[in-house]
Amino acid sequence: MQRTGFWLLVTAILLFALFPFYYAIVTSLRPASRLFDPAWLPDAITLANYASVFSEQPFGRNILNSIAVAATVVALALLAGVTAAYALARVQFRGRGLLLAAVLAVSMFPQVAILSGMFELIRALGLYNNLAGLAFSYMVFTLPFTVWILTAFLRELPQDLEEAALIDGANAWQTLTHVFLPLLAPAMVTTGLLAFIAAWNEFLFALTFTLTNDQRTVPVAIALMSGASQYELPWGNIMAASVIVTVPLIALVLAFQRRIVAGLTAGAVKG
Amino acid sequence: MVEARAPTYLDRQRLRTAWLFLAPALLLLLAVAAWPLARTIWFGFTDAFLGDLSAAAFIGLENYLVRYDERWYGLLADPQWWRAVRNTLLFTVVSVTLETVLGVTIALVLNAEFPGRAWVRAAVLVPWAIPTIVSAKMWSWMLNDQFGIVNHALISIGALSQPLAWTAEPGLAMASVILVDVWKTTPFVTLLALAALQLVPKSCYEAAKLDGAGPVRTFFSITLPIVRPALMVAVVFRALDALRVFDVIYVLTSNSVDTMSMSIFARQQLVDFQDMGYGSAAATLLFFIVALAVSVLLTAGRVRLADRGVLR
Repeated sequence: MQRTGFWLLVTAILLFALFPFYYAIVTSLRPASRLFDPAWLPDAITLANYASVFSEQPFGRNILNSIAVAATVVALALLAGVTAAYALARVQFRGRGLLLAAVLAVSMFPQVAILSGMFELIRALGLYNNLAGLAFSYMVFTLPFTVWILTAFLRELPQDLEEAALIDGANAWQTLTHVFLPLLAPAMVTTGLLAFIAAWNEFLFALTFTLTNDQRTVPVAIALMSGASQYELPWGNIMAASVIVTVPLIALVLAFQRRIVAGLTAGAVKG
Repeated sequence: MVEARAPTYLDRQRLRTAWLFLAPALLLLLAVAAWPLARTIWFGFTDAFLGDLSAAAFIGLENYLVRYDERWYGLLADPQWWRAVRNTLLFTVVSVTLETVLGVTIALVLNAEFPGRAWVRAAVLVPWAIPTIVSAKMWSWMLNDQFGIVNHALISIGALSQPLAWTAEPGLAMASVILVDVWKTTPFVTLLALAALQLVPKSCYEAAKLDGAGPVRTFFSITLPIVRPALMVAVVFRALDALRVFDVIYVLTSNSVDTMSMSIFARQQLVDFQDMGYGSAAATLLFFIVALAVSVLLTAGRVRLADRGVLR
């Protein structure tokens, strides 16, 4: 009896977690003309929606934009993050606690609170409707947690490592790149992934700082997909686009499950 | 008192290196966080118009509160702004509560030993991996009033006699937004709760069993106190996210006043109405409301960031 209840609960959890994505896949595979008749299973399978996503708007370009922005954000955040974390975790100096608190405070900024200031800055730099402007503005939500998580990981490494490197005559940069970086690789993968996901999913800045279809990233492209009229959204296309951008993400998250959990708990449970 | 030893050449060099290493991150944060925030606050005191920022003139507190012809104007007298504040608070309280209860429940299930547990745990992560925009679109399709599977299912089992406009009807729209948010973010709470549950020593449960404590008693007397600190951190993070909610509402119900959050309100003023001054004032208020909420939550939840992790 208790056993049955337990398995019912597990089934309910699984259904709740998986059904919406399952249904998106089913919808994306059905011909557009059949979508007005809800079905639990794909009755007639077609890839037409997948083809029209790419032919009716520059969706291939949008995907490349998202990849370019996310990759730039990851590279910048990791580079600036790991050097800052090294100083914050391994060197004693006055004001260190204050700096860490300030970094944490920035991670709590509501994006809207800096929207107008950022808009002005991006226009002044000539980066409006430009992917570089997006990558630049995304530092505000990726850099703080990168610094935070890497600092937490670097703290755990033993003190003798540096002393040995110092005795061998290594300078700080060599110590960081040759001694710590190899040990930090798992943490770098974790933070890099979290930064990639955050940049890939970002919507508010991408919506506000781009204007033309060919500069848009994937979330904005999907949100703004429209049909002949407001009441005729191309649901087949929208679901196909959703499946395309989500499958790699789900694969990444499942493949790196353990690492991501470690990163989140270092950033959240410990932080 | 111990006399501090004079800094050696090596110490000074080390310190210089530290600041050099900090420089890129600090400069970036100044450029993308401190400066834009300061400018936003400044714009809140001007009549800036999005189309031509150079014409902005200082107008004092007029965006916040001003009296003309016997009537009050400005944000603090704007019923739509207060509506947005109430909507945001309602959204935050309900969705974070549901996420916490569901998250802990699912974590307890996943913490039990059963065949296929690794698979179920992976499946539970799926909503978290889906971009917010995509999850909002998937749900708005499922909740579609005419062709949605939810109405279809409810009608075919006889729970509904006619389809409901889930995202358009005033009473239902907020519930739909909350449902989608709960679906998407419960895995985050589950993950953190699960990580914390694994810290509870097995011996505690055995001792409780020997003492004849039932599952409910065991949960409230043993599990919850141990899990609480980690859970509070998850709640603080979720509440922060909920207070600045934008994406899910923008996609699901657009600019509808029934679900308009503070972020949606501020962006609508800023971008759609081009009223940079008024929108910036709203954004500034949102900033201080979030800052206040953080300090209240951290104090009330007795979350001592300094005790754990890096802020030592």
